[in-house]
Amino acid sequence: MRVPLSWLRDFVTVESDPAELAEVLSGLGLVVEGLERVGEGLDAVVVARVLDVFAIPGADKIARVVVDAGGEEVQVVCGASNFFAGDHVPLAKVGAVLPGGFEIGKRRMRGVESSGMLCSARELGLSEDHRGIMVLDSATVPGEALADALGIVRDFVFDIAVEANRPDALSIYGVARDVAAKLGLPLGDPLALAETVAGDPAAGAPGRAECAGGLAEVVLSSGETVRVEVREEDRDLCGRFTATVVTGVRVGPSPPWIARRLTMAGMRPINNVVDASNYVMLELGQPTHPYDLALLRGRSIIVRAARPGEKLKTLDGVEREMAVRSVGPGDDRRDCLICDGDDIPIGIAGIMGGQSTEILPSTTEILLEAAHFLPMAVARTSKRLGLRSEASVRFERGCDPEGIERAVTRICRLVGGHAGDGEGGRVQAHLDVSVPRELPRRITLRTERVARVLGTDLPIERSREILTAIGFRCPGDTAEPDLVVEVPSFRPDVVSEIDLIEEVARHVGYSVIARRTLRPSRAGGLSPYQRDRRRVRSVMVACGAFEAWSQAMIDPDDAVAAGCRNPLVGLENPLGAGESALRPSLLPGLLGAAAGNIARRENDVRLFELGTVFPFPDAERLQAAQAGRGRVAGSVSQPGVDAGAGTGHGEGPAATVLDEREILGAVFAVGESSMQVAIRAVVDLCDGLGLERLDIRQELEGGYSGGRAEADVVIRTAGDSSSSAAGRHSRGAGHDAVMPVAPAGRFSYDALSVSRRGALVAQSADGPAREGEVIAGVVGEVDSKVLAHFGIPDALPAVRRVAWMAVDLAILFGETRRVGTLARPLSRFPSADADLSFELPAHVTASQVAAVLRGTGAELVDQVRLIDAYRGGGSPALRSVTFRLRFSSLEGTLTDGQLAEIRAACIGAVESTLGARLRGGSQ
Amino acid sequence: MAVDGSLEEMLSAATAAVSGCSSLDELARLQNRHLGKGSQVAEARAELRSVAAEERPAQGALIERTRAAIEEVFRSAREHLEEADRQRRLASDAADLTEILEAAVPSLGRAHLVQRTRDELEDVFVAMGYEVVEGPEVETDWYNFEALNMPPAHPARGMWDTFYLKLGEPNSIMLRTHTSPTQVRVLQRGELPVYAVMPGRCYRRDTPDARHLPVFHQIEGLVVDEGISFADLAGTIEEFTGAYFGEGIHSRLRPSYFPFTEPSAEFEVNCTICRGAGCRTCSHTGWVELGGCGMVHPAVLEAVDVDPERFTGFAFGFGIDRCAQMRHEIADMRVLVENDYRFMRQL
Repeated sequence: MRVPLSWLRDFVTVESDPAELAEVLSGLGLVVEGLERVGEGLDAVVVARVLDVFAIPGADKIARVVVDAGGEEVQVVCGASNFFAGDHVPLAKVGAVLPGGFEIGKRRMRGVESSGMLCSARELGLSEDHRGIMVLDSATVPGEALADALGIVRDFVFDIAVEANRPDALSIYGVARDVAAKLGLPLGDPLALAETVAGDPAAGAPGRAECAGGLAEVVLSSGETVRVEVREEDRDLCGRFTATVVTGVRVGPSPPWIARRLTMAGMRPINNVVDASNYVMLELGQPTHPYDLALLRGRSIIVRAARPGEKLKTLDGVEREMAVRSVGPGDDRRDCLICDGDDIPIGIAGIMGGQSTEILPSTTEILLEAAHFLPMAVARTSKRLGLRSEASVRFERGCDPEGIERAVTRICRLVGGHAGDGEGGRVQAHLDVSVPRELPRRITLRTERVARVLGTDLPIERSREILTAIGFRCPGDTAEPDLVVEVPSFRPDVVSEIDLIEEVARHVGYSVIARRTLRPSRAGGLSPYQRDRRRVRSVMVACGAFEAWSQAMIDPDDAVAAGCRNPLVGLENPLGAGESALRPSLLPGLLGAAAGNIARRENDVRLFELGTVFPFPDAERLQAAQAGRGRVAGSVSQPGVDAGAGTGHGEGPAATVLDEREILGAVFAVGESSMQVAIRAVVDLCDGLGLERLDIRQELEGGYSGGRAEADVVIRTAGDSSSSAAGRHSRGAGHDAVMPVAPAGRFSYDALSVSRRGALVAQSADGPAREGEVIAGVVGEVDSKVLAHFGIPDALPAVRRVAWMAVDLAILFGETRRVGTLARPLSRFPSADADLSFELPAHVTASQVAAVLRGTGAELVDQVRLIDAYRGGGSPALRSVTFRLRFSSLEGTLTDGQLAEIRAACIGAVESTLGARLRGGSQ
Repeated sequence: MAVDGSLEEMLSAATAAVSGCSSLDELARLQNRHLGKGSQVAEARAELRSVAAEERPAQGALIERTRAAIEEVFRSAREHLEEADRQRRLASDAADLTEILEAAVPSLGRAHLVQRTRDELEDVFVAMGYEVVEGPEVETDWYNFEALNMPPAHPARGMWDTFYLKLGEPNSIMLRTHTSPTQVRVLQRGELPVYAVMPGRCYRRDTPDARHLPVFHQIEGLVVDEGISFADLAGTIEEFTGAYFGEGIHSRLRPSYFPFTEPSAEFEVNCTICRGAGCRTCSHTGWVELGGCGMVHPAVLEAVDVDPERFTGFAFGFGIDRCAQMRHEIADMRVLVENDYRFMRQL
């Protein structure tokens, strides 16, 4: 809202410095975002009459000009030639400082003295016109200050951000009311401003029809009938519709002061009728719309809801289709239309008029609409059409239904005063169709409640004083401890006691309210989940990875390329097709980020992200989330995210729309060793968090066959069961859901090379092996086709191998066994090492061997470490692994006999359970 | 006495010989000559047998002292030579440590700048007694708007441009436009009092530019307890400002509007660049707007079955990215999502 100071002063005589006034406004919640100065730099610029123009010998570009500057002859040198003797032009006298700081001095050119400067409009900051000297109206008087001659008033314009709850402040008068109250000044009456009176519709219009039904009719002096109807079934959309007929109107430009104020306030002057309507909207906040009555078929107005698909061309020349799509829950798609006597739309109620009845230079009779439309309906229609106007903004927030008469009177006076050569239009008729008005709302303001909310004791008298000053009435007894407050019709936003408390607080001043230091009675803290997540971040950083923030809205093609085969959650209104789906996996974003860095010739790229992925919900879950309106206990967190410090309220289904999962994803493009770095990260992650290491489970059955082997492990994937009952730490829901590796789309398993990928399997804290297993994530090498899709050429050495890991944090933290927390005693006796090499069948992994060795050696084994692995050719491929075992005992030094016994036991166990064979016979 | 004299000579001869010696090998040879078999000291000891018995102890002691003195001369000389040798070796082993420094490849990565800012903010609030709670990023209309005192078509809904999802009823499921739905979820736990901050990712349909990203991060605070007032809110904002931005940075509140709080306020803090003196960053006002706050609207409490007559509360919220942008003077926020190593390595 742009508020010129001069306009504000029509209603409140503020004397303070504009900068101080800006502070006052901001302190009231009318935040001043800009303060502009208008008409600066015109001191010492006067009107001058050109007396004569003389050529200067030897100079064809400049001339000597003598002007009359009001009883004094002044000689200047001028370079323009668009004016003649007798013309009136602006003269900047010696000493003038023009806008932009250019100071006029006495100069001498070609021997001719110049005592000032004739100016173009641009030089005076009045317009962009710089084609020649500005030639003024001959009615101006030489010697008169230019500012006075042009009616330019030095002014300031406050650019105020008006909040959505202050419909009253979308008007100069409303702002004035707040300022007057704050500064203790009287507030002027807009109708007391003197203008030529053309007729007062509220008092003495010749024809007058008021109606509490749905229809009003008036016969004009010409004998014609004017009719207004609000359709019965649509009266909720239009609580009041008034039409005022003004005849004898002469359309022309507005007087300069109106045009100037409109311009300062940010609107373009059009003609006297439209300008008067706009002027009063800005001044009083009531939008109105003038129709050319002669162009109005049937001289009738019908207000009704639009039929779906109905079309109308609005004043801006755009054809609009009505009532076609819903813009939100509860939208009944009822757009309110203004139609003519033939029921043809001529305007969109409260938003914009149509082209067919607009005010033209030929217009002589107008019908002025001033109405009150349902704010919610205007808001929806405006949103549906993507069309906002000064009027719609005001109707949306709520106009004053009682302010209509005042606005109409003011417009009629303005039109009457300026439209027709002093003769003016005449108000012929006033029609008013309205539903019965509500009584003023009454709210009790409790003194005790004011103190309780604000934390400061405020005498009730102070509240009364403030509220009265801003237009509320407090009719009750002054001796009562509580106030009964009557809300004025221009404050539809004030509906409850707390609204009144805000009004009081605003005017008291927030800075005056005391501050108190609050001490919660409980300790704060992070939840175990949040603490673990911070450790994850530290581990990844220690692995040399940088944390990325990749886009959550991605290209559906990228999701497919990343191996996500499930349906995606699409956006209704994406910024572009490349951002039209929610990511089902972090892989597309991270690979994209890696690609950018690789393209910039980074040859060691390690990126990780902790981000949410969005699996498509099943119908049941969706319905539960929508229908339940979330009134379900224990629904604070997204699944996987702990509800917060020590709440432990996990019971009950999480009423979230999606089963959002927080995933750790990481891309390593460090050349040949990418996989080593990735596996290292997996290990460090477990060690860093005090978790038992995740198993890497591969599809090894029958060797590296290339196809997906379904049967190496059949395990459940917690959370992939998309039923809404899958609570975050609940163990019930997922247990019986048995799924193979593949569904883990959120990990982008299918984007990995079939021969170099594995599932990260956690041993659940309880439950037997296998059945208690759960996939926590994946690790592997990104398939070269996938790399190519994301613009990573596999020819570069840095990216010959790009490794990927993804881990579901909730599963990692919640479903993985923690390493024991009790300290084990250390042996004080020397330890002994033994190296064992085994030949392995294709489907046996090194980890399986290690597990058997650890299990067999039991408490005598200190360490089991793989020190060599060999893969030969042939089919089936020959594989061997060498482990170094370190043994010790708490009881004493192990004897050769004991060592031989353990060693033999280890060999026997590996050979018998895994089908492996000790290399080099029985050492 | 002749013997005395020659003993002194032996000492001075040894001292003289050692003083000219520059290698340990030569020193060993000299030591043999002056103390070993056939040395004058050895001879003197052999001659002791021919000395009268009553003089023998005194004479013997004298010879022993001389021998010890000569040994000391050699020991000290050896020590000096060894030290000189060590110094030479060290000198030849000198290294330009900055060579190592310059060659070092960074082995640590970094958490995201916004994440680190979030951690710092969380830590401040945890120290002030708050828990940290998170909520989903996809929300229903009820959580994102309606429960926050914005019934359908409420004008304030226009304050946020919303990304809607193709799920359920048209425009009923969305990416949350603020972290405030988490307030509702926290209150739904039904456990009071609440002292919580709620950080998280939010989405608004803004075209990305230097100051706006369609995806950004907010942190929101919520306190609901008996007897909570606007004075507590103002005091909390001030305490946070000092704790996070440092001594000498203060806050102020100005009236504003949010549907879910009333009275509502914007909170501003002293510009951290000029510390309130006024500069370009703060448009010479000395203040920078940080976020919004206010007393929780009774309608919000009622929506989650909390009795607003018994409990009152306040909420506040602000942009984490904006905090990072202010603190690091990041001209264009888009750099935060570009994941460019050149930027990530800087900060």
